[in-house]
Amino acid sequence: MEVYLDNAATTKPRDEVIDIINKSFNECYGNPSSLHRKGVEIEKMIKKARKQVAKALGANDGEIYFTSGGTESNNLAILGALEGNKRLGKHIITTKIEHPSVLNVFNALKERGYDVTYLKVDSSGLIDLQEFKNSLRDDTALVSIMYVNNEVGTLQPIEDICKILRSLKNKPIFHVDAIQAFGKIDFSLKRLNVDLLSISGHKICGPKGIGALYIKKGTKIKSIIFGGNQESGIRSGTENVHGILGLGVAADIAQKNLKGNIKKMNILKNRLLEGIKEQINNIKINGLVEKRSAPHILNVSFLDVRGEVLLHSLEQDGIYVSTGSACSSRKKSYSHVLKAMGITEKEMEGAVRFSFSPFNSQEEIDYAIERLNYHVKELRKVIGGK
Amino acid sequence: MEKVLIVRYGEISLKGLNRPYFENKLVKNIKNVVRKLGKLNVYKLHGRIYIDLEDYDIDEVIDTVTKVFGVVSVSVAYIFDADIDKICDVALEHIKECIEEDGVKTFKVETKRANKNFPLKSPEVSRKVGAYILKNTDNLTVDVHNPDVIVNIEVRDKAYVYSRKIEGFGGMPYGTGGKAMLLLSGGIDSPVAGWLVAKRGVIIEAVHYHSYPFTSDRAKEKVIELARILSQYCGKIRLHSINILNIQKAINEKCPADEMTILSRRFMMAIAEKIAIKRKCSALITGESIGQVASQTLDSLLVTNSAVKLPVFRPLIAMDKIDIVSLSKKIDTYETSILPYEDCCTVFLPDRPVTKPKLEKIIKSEQLLDVEELINDAIRNVEVIEVEIEF
Repeated sequence: MEVYLDNAATTKPRDEVIDIINKSFNECYGNPSSLHRKGVEIEKMIKKARKQVAKALGANDGEIYFTSGGTESNNLAILGALEGNKRLGKHIITTKIEHPSVLNVFNALKERGYDVTYLKVDSSGLIDLQEFKNSLRDDTALVSIMYVNNEVGTLQPIEDICKILRSLKNKPIFHVDAIQAFGKIDFSLKRLNVDLLSISGHKICGPKGIGALYIKKGTKIKSIIFGGNQESGIRSGTENVHGILGLGVAADIAQKNLKGNIKKMNILKNRLLEGIKEQINNIKINGLVEKRSAPHILNVSFLDVRGEVLLHSLEQDGIYVSTGSACSSRKKSYSHVLKAMGITEKEMEGAVRFSFSPFNSQEEIDYAIERLNYHVKELRKVIGGK
Repeated sequence: MEKVLIVRYGEISLKGLNRPYFENKLVKNIKNVVRKLGKLNVYKLHGRIYIDLEDYDIDEVIDTVTKVFGVVSVSVAYIFDADIDKICDVALEHIKECIEEDGVKTFKVETKRANKNFPLKSPEVSRKVGAYILKNTDNLTVDVHNPDVIVNIEVRDKAYVYSRKIEGFGGMPYGTGGKAMLLLSGGIDSPVAGWLVAKRGVIIEAVHYHSYPFTSDRAKEKVIELARILSQYCGKIRLHSINILNIQKAINEKCPADEMTILSRRFMMAIAEKIAIKRKCSALITGESIGQVASQTLDSLLVTNSAVKLPVFRPLIAMDKIDIVSLSKKIDTYETSILPYEDCCTVFLPDRPVTKPKLEKIIKSEQLLDVEELINDAIRNVEVIEVEIEF
């Protein structure tokens, strides 16, 4: 049996997505910038995809810009907004648990002279709103906070942050990395007052190499790539046509099935959690499980087991997961997220992330529990022998 | 004008009656590797090997041929009917290229006349060509002691003009020196060790150990990639991939923790020897170098060495790490070797491994295990991979 429980890394594209990609390769292969019919035809299809993404997010068509993926969306949001709003100041805020595509941009900006605040998180991965309030300054230009953490699934209080920001006189730009939230939790930009929001195609059963950035109307942003001024000059380069069409379809379906998918994934998550708790001792749940937690991510530390070895053991049984650390004889590299949450080294070593999609079944989960129980016992025997 | 690659070989020409055997093998090996570039004409003539370059990419041919063991150096030569006026013209053309490409300022002409029917003697040809070049160029002078470039002229049945010599690795033609089994890991040393022995004409097979699922598939892919790089020099390599997890588990369970590495090494040697004998190899090759790690102290080497009877070649034994690294860069294995995937899980690495093991004590520990059965079991589950250069 193949049990793919690494859906936070990437997801299997849906058939509908593959169909439209085939169509764009086989029939609608035009360049949307061409003046002739082949160009017009594909331009129309892109327009539709933009509408699908906008609708799924609760935004207007004109606020969606296609990029090469989550990383570019995050880079464009942060670098482009700062470039376009130089007068706002030199102070920027993010958290210690962001994805590298945000964190490394902030690190680079720090070297370029920006004053950076990295917000702490508590043991469940949540930021402290009071600390956030205290860190705001008159010259705070930008705040970038992820919606759902990709390793532990913790949800940050984005609505509360919006409220705090709204009350400010000098309001900084607010960017949200929603790559793990889109299609996984119920939110709408109609109700959220954020300026910039990043999403990615392949996390929602769409294709890889495509993403989008929501830019609220009126937000000043400068391009970080120069060329033929596609995407209203914000993102030059011939459109990734098949990616855009695939993302449109994936976003549309994800939105339509959202409530059912959330329910389904929550059931799977709880089943796995209960099964692990019941059958395996000496474990620790990293992050939150019920409130303030995404339905598709569960992070568990199996003490006295190496996450990586457990991963390869499960792989032999066709079960695919991911780990929070990589073991190498020279140095141990632990997840910056788990470290920021104050998880002990021993716990980080045994941390495994399970991430679900609506395509997983309860039988798959039961099989995974049974194999987990077996391998954890076997591996503990080896470590115990040491 | 037609160009030809002159391929020189050194040591082989010292051979006596066996010489044709070595030469023919070298020609065959060169033919074998240039096959990927097209149907090149490779032939033996007056104690050298020639390759007609026709329209082939010259740099690619040079790159491929200089990797063949036994090749000492190569030169790209113009080839044409021997005629003194023509020789002057071609030499002039050639030196103009050298001026343009390398900013040559001084030169010297050297002539070899094998065809004694040619009307001019060697020094006369050199003088005549030198004068012609001086007359037809600016800012170029003759320097007989330390010239920027030597224009070589050879008068045989045809005339040849060339200057640059590109060095090969030397050594003996692959396949003229028997066969040995290399213990290949994903590290820096063992590929270099294998390469050095292969350079002496020895055919290489390799055995690789992993402990999946305690190590990742990527560690195995890395070793396959290293074998593929070696195959550029050696042709096809048969890689025997062996899972020793059960052996490590058994040692872990029954033997002292600090002897884990040394006991594993003895198993690796024994398994390699068993496969080597079956594959008709007459030696083992390891990348060991004195004192590099705990299992490579003289005491440790004595203990691992006594696990086998076949001779063990350790070409790196007295080399410094820095020299091994520079050699691995030269043969192109370095970048792959430093990828992070480990062959051995840290679970099995003792914190303080023994550095001065005593053979009797280690053998006593070993007797706690069913060595025979563990070895046979590991070999039964071997995975054999034929690694070849990709065309």
